[in-house]
Amino acid sequence: MKMPPMLRQLLHRRIVLVAAVVLLIIAVLAIGAPWFASFDPNDTAVLQRLKGPSSEHLMGTDELGRDMYARIVHGARYSLAIAALTALGSVIAGTLLGLVAGFFRRLDAPLMRVVDAMMSFPDILLAIALVAILGPSLVNVVLALVLVYTPRVARVVRASTLVVRELLFVEAVRALGVRTSRILWRHILPNLMSPILVQVSFIFAYAILAEAGLSFLGVGVPPEIPTWGTMVAGGQQYAHQAFWVVLFPGLAIIFTALSLQMLGDGVRDLLDPKLKKAL
Amino acid sequence: MEADPSTNPRIEPRLAVQRLSTSFPTEGGLVHAVADVSFSIAPGKTTALVGESGSGKSVTSLTLMRLLAKTANARVSGVARFATREGRSVDLLKIDEQALRALRGNQLSMIFQEPMTSLNPVLTVGEQIAEGVRLHKGLGRSAALADAKRMLDLVEIPAADRRVHEYPHQLSGGMRQRVMIAIAMACDPTLLIADEPTTALDVTIQAQILALMRKLQAETGMSILFITHNLGVVAHHADDVVVMYAGRVVESAPVRPLFAAPAHPYTQGLLACLPGRARLAGRAGQPRPARLFAIRGQVASPLAPPPGCAFEPRCDLAIAACRDAMPELLATGAAREARCIRVAAALPEAA
Repeated sequence: MKMPPMLRQLLHRRIVLVAAVVLLIIAVLAIGAPWFASFDPNDTAVLQRLKGPSSEHLMGTDELGRDMYARIVHGARYSLAIAALTALGSVIAGTLLGLVAGFFRRLDAPLMRVVDAMMSFPDILLAIALVAILGPSLVNVVLALVLVYTPRVARVVRASTLVVRELLFVEAVRALGVRTSRILWRHILPNLMSPILVQVSFIFAYAILAEAGLSFLGVGVPPEIPTWGTMVAGGQQYAHQAFWVVLFPGLAIIFTALSLQMLGDGVRDLLDPKLKKAL
Repeated sequence: MEADPSTNPRIEPRLAVQRLSTSFPTEGGLVHAVADVSFSIAPGKTTALVGESGSGKSVTSLTLMRLLAKTANARVSGVARFATREGRSVDLLKIDEQALRALRGNQLSMIFQEPMTSLNPVLTVGEQIAEGVRLHKGLGRSAALADAKRMLDLVEIPAADRRVHEYPHQLSGGMRQRVMIAIAMACDPTLLIADEPTTALDVTIQAQILALMRKLQAETGMSILFITHNLGVVAHHADDVVVMYAGRVVESAPVRPLFAAPAHPYTQGLLACLPGRARLAGRAGQPRPARLFAIRGQVASPLAPPPGCAFEPRCDLAIAACRDAMPELLATGAAREARCIRVAAALPEAA
């Protein structure tokens, strides 16, 4: 009931609309990858290696003669799935942590000091260390990224919880005899949805970049899985003779991450009452 | 322990508060926000708790509902006997959390001062009214929502069918307070604690809300603990009045005798502050007073209370003996008490 006017307002800004369209296209391509690409992403054709863009191979071929376009479209599946799972996992874990830390004063200091300690590590370094310990696999990359981004969500959610818990309505529902767990779940959590939504979109974008970074450094997903990061990593040695092997996956990363950031900005501006007038 | 007929020699009171004290440890020392407060409320009656800001009236209500923040480390003593619907008598200050939760919102409800922030902005008013109903009456979602509609009708909100699905921001202040009343009344409480329910509303809406509360009280026979600083409201809506100053009861009396002949100098001062009274005084004798009467000075710091009577520094009738010791509550008439050693001198001469 409330959503359509909000959505319209969100897409009212041209940049947000463009970002949404770009993301929609990428998502459709990723979901329908087998139908949109005529080649198998792992079919090698040594004779066709490092061919430039042509009508047959829209984005050229890589060092093993695999179709770049097919790999990018299929790679979108992996890259987006990793990012989505990371965003989901870190938001769930971070929200729980932040809610508990913000609501129960006694748990605040111990939980937040752990969060501070985790945040004091540079993101990518922590992720590298975790993948190095866990071993490179799709699941472990997601796990590492979730651990990296959870503290970020926890902080935002805790700060918002501190504000909401002091509102009079919390006391009012307590006066109604509602138990604490239900107060948290049904009365406080829904009030935190806007900052959480903003975090989802930003972490989604960060996770795409981080996965690409990890794969580029060789500590991400195994190279046989086509993600945009592994494609840039694999193509880097050939970049001076065949620019397309790094250009297209790079552009895919940039467009996706940028669009997500724009969308996140749009959501944040929309939900921030102080900025509403400026829109 | 039976209910003590402290101020009300009538039938067994709905709530009997005896020697209630609440203090908070602060960096400056122990603050006695509420000290030695006793009063009682008979079934179907309204007792008003009157006092200026900082007199401890809100802390009293929060203590009774056990809503003081745990982190405040409040030290509470005293007894608050509540007669339940089932005919049992429980001490609100001692029963365990689970038993208390079963009473709150069910037999014992509270309305807050700020209708703007007392409602959850992201839930519809129907869901919020249904919350207590589902909890205490064990109704399902749709049955509770139907009950919410009935409650909106009861508090005279027009187009209840539509309003149940609306969010608080779509309602005016007066309507939100009606919704708050609907939430509080949803389970037919026997005691309603109303903490300045009309302070944030404009005067015409105030009158409507008060009339509504009156109507509901007449229909359900609930008792009301009415916390306010508005003596005009007290005169119209209360049966008994308890005047608080600096955390203590300074005077308690049935409403008519209190307004006719206030015993304590503080009560006298409060009444003299009413604009209507000032005009009357002007007509009856001396030239019309140019300004409203105001009690001079301000409430003493709770960290450094005066050694004797707390009101002594502001009192026009104070004598040296007032500084010596805190006066006791003295009976001044039928069901009347006042905390002043000069009660005799303070009684209006010609009244």
